[in-house]
Amino acid sequence: MLLGLKASRRLLSHRHCFQQYRSIKSENTARSAPLDSVLSAFRSICGEDGVSLGEAVKEQHGKDESMHRCCPPDVVLFPRCVEEVSALAKICNHHHLPIIPFGTGTGLEGGVCAVKGGVCFSLRNMEQVLELHPEDFDVTVEPGVTRKALNTYLRDTGLWFPVDPGADASLCGMAATSASGTNAVRYGTMRENVLNLEVVLADGTVLHTAGKGRRPRKTAAGYNLTNLFVGSEGTLGIITKTTLRLYGIPESMVSAVCSFPSVQAAVDSTVQILQAGVPIARIEFLDDVMIDACNRFSSLSYPVTPTLFLEFHGSERSLEEQVHTAEDITQSNGGSDFQWAKDAETRNRLWKARHDAWYAALALRPGCKAYATDVCVPLSRLPQIIVETKEDLIENRLTGPIAGHVGDGNFHCLMVVEPNDPAELRRVHLFTERLARRALAMDGTCTGEHGVGLGKRALLCEEIGPEAVRVMQGLKDTLDTKNLMNPGKILQPREQ
Amino acid sequence: MSGRVLVGVKRVIDYAVKIRVKPDNSSVVTDGVKHSMNPFCEIAVEEAVKMKEKKFIKEVVVVSCGPQQAQETIRTALAMGADRGIHVDVTGKDYDNLGPLQVSKIMAALAKKEEAQLVILGKQAIDDDCNQTGQMTAALLDWPQGTFASEVTLEGDKMKVVREIDGGLETIKINTPAVITADLRLNTPRYATLPNIMKAKKKKIDKVKPADLGVDITSRLEVLRVDEPPHREAGVKLETVADLVDKLKEAGTI
Repeated sequence: MLLGLKASRRLLSHRHCFQQYRSIKSENTARSAPLDSVLSAFRSICGEDGVSLGEAVKEQHGKDESMHRCCPPDVVLFPRCVEEVSALAKICNHHHLPIIPFGTGTGLEGGVCAVKGGVCFSLRNMEQVLELHPEDFDVTVEPGVTRKALNTYLRDTGLWFPVDPGADASLCGMAATSASGTNAVRYGTMRENVLNLEVVLADGTVLHTAGKGRRPRKTAAGYNLTNLFVGSEGTLGIITKTTLRLYGIPESMVSAVCSFPSVQAAVDSTVQILQAGVPIARIEFLDDVMIDACNRFSSLSYPVTPTLFLEFHGSERSLEEQVHTAEDITQSNGGSDFQWAKDAETRNRLWKARHDAWYAALALRPGCKAYATDVCVPLSRLPQIIVETKEDLIENRLTGPIAGHVGDGNFHCLMVVEPNDPAELRRVHLFTERLARRALAMDGTCTGEHGVGLGKRALLCEEIGPEAVRVMQGLKDTLDTKNLMNPGKILQPREQ
Repeated sequence: MSGRVLVGVKRVIDYAVKIRVKPDNSSVVTDGVKHSMNPFCEIAVEEAVKMKEKKFIKEVVVVSCGPQQAQETIRTALAMGADRGIHVDVTGKDYDNLGPLQVSKIMAALAKKEEAQLVILGKQAIDDDCNQTGQMTAALLDWPQGTFASEVTLEGDKMKVVREIDGGLETIKINTPAVITADLRLNTPRYATLPNIMKAKKKKIDKVKPADLGVDITSRLEVLRVDEPPHREAGVKLETVADLVDKLKEAGTI
């Protein structure tokens, strides 16, 4: 109704905004003139309510949880089913309009920033849990279903989806960014847990990466298209369904905390616990700076020294054995103050430090923003990279408490930075580049979980090398000849 | 003291589902819609199971009234740690008209039959929000009641109940046997795990009819009509304060 009544005024103000955009953005694909006819085509597919030009709505859909500045799209669409997504994509394709898929906006690498404007496909209205097969441990969901919503839905079945990146993210979005989480060490990341995807390509084709409705636990059939799209960050297609692997909810859980005299001791313990065959569910590392921040923020009194937070899943009896083995190992590496707990309340108290780490880091310098680095290296190189990184932080007067998924060799420096201080921002930027290169030099990756997005495109080239980049570009060209799918992400523009 | 606790659980539309009214305005759509245990009933089951784990009581018996699907809800309670279940078979029109009065008569009859020491119910169901069954059951049994419980402690043959009330928290001491209704903060219910779901398949569920318990379930209420809440109208954006004042005058608010 609102659009109908004030259409002329809205479009006028919209054109005014286009003028502004034109001066800001260098590339200006034919947007303003045909957009009006395009809008009515959009509306005829997903209804009046399904097309939004509102400033607030566009802004909301032009940013995520990262520090990248907001780049709003020109219009936001809310399709209700895959047929609508396909029809809308065909229109965008015909008019050369960029397409940016949007799940929950909880990404950390600017993946939804519409750097060339275009059409945002907000998939939140497609929110059904479609097919659950408890005996087969699989479920198929639409993009509007978030991780917590799915686990709530599953609660009576004794099953859960364990990949836990922290945020309550869209599961299809998690597939798009190959998300991981604190319990990847036991349950894997999205790459290991997506069985099939339904994807809409830039030309509207609806693709089932493993075949329609198929959900065998393993397959050797043809090229692994499913994992091509996992981690493609919206640059190859719009994910409209994902079939996920489920696990049994653990019978029992035990949480533990242990302090160590050095980073080396903590990492050695981690490696030995894994080598001992303990099926540890979570093993998280917090450095002394982080523990100090947590102590202050949550009024705790952990010793200010490298600390491991552990979580064990299993039956009552197996837990006893797991905890016992882990405790022995930590002790033999100089660990002290080993505390553990079984009931939910005490477990939460023990882990509170880890849960509040982000906020504790921010509280170190009120008014500042935080950016998390995300390198991942082979386990044996972890002590060295953490030690060198800490030296770098001190030398450059940067605030960067460290929290890491040690079991995977992945750690995050939570860089706390004053957003209005360009000099500090620059120092942080240079630091993160040095850190990434340090990880690459140790056979690692510049991004363990968060993805490439906007900020790591150059590092990706360094990491995988020119031949691999050429292959990636070739795949991109094949699946998206007009480069409409989320332009500006993962791969660098060819002109440069 | 039998050491037996009776817990009532109700199968309702899952709290995460968007409710829709049937086109004939007779009731809400239930076909094909996800159902699960009423959240307050989950808390009630959890409290009973905790009491058993702490060895304050010996047996947790779970009761649900309804058609065959009510047994799914009982199985979930068994997977949470209840010992056995009683399915009171009520179907069709009788089920549609089943309300707190009928259920409380059934619960009272069962409490006597099973010689229960304690009856724990959720404070209300999320579909009808009646908040009556616990209170009516206590009245029918002439037992004390501790409703809106956020903390329950057994002290010999008495019970200390901390109740959530408008003004804050009220602590009362009541004799047992008694009826308790669970409020949100009483506990955090556990998830049913696969091994426990497997074990629950072997636990017993007895099936009875209300007539077997000597209970008349005729309803004295008739639902006339069900309507959705009125849809929110779109707002209007205005350019100036003068416009705002005009609009408010038009709407008769100033």
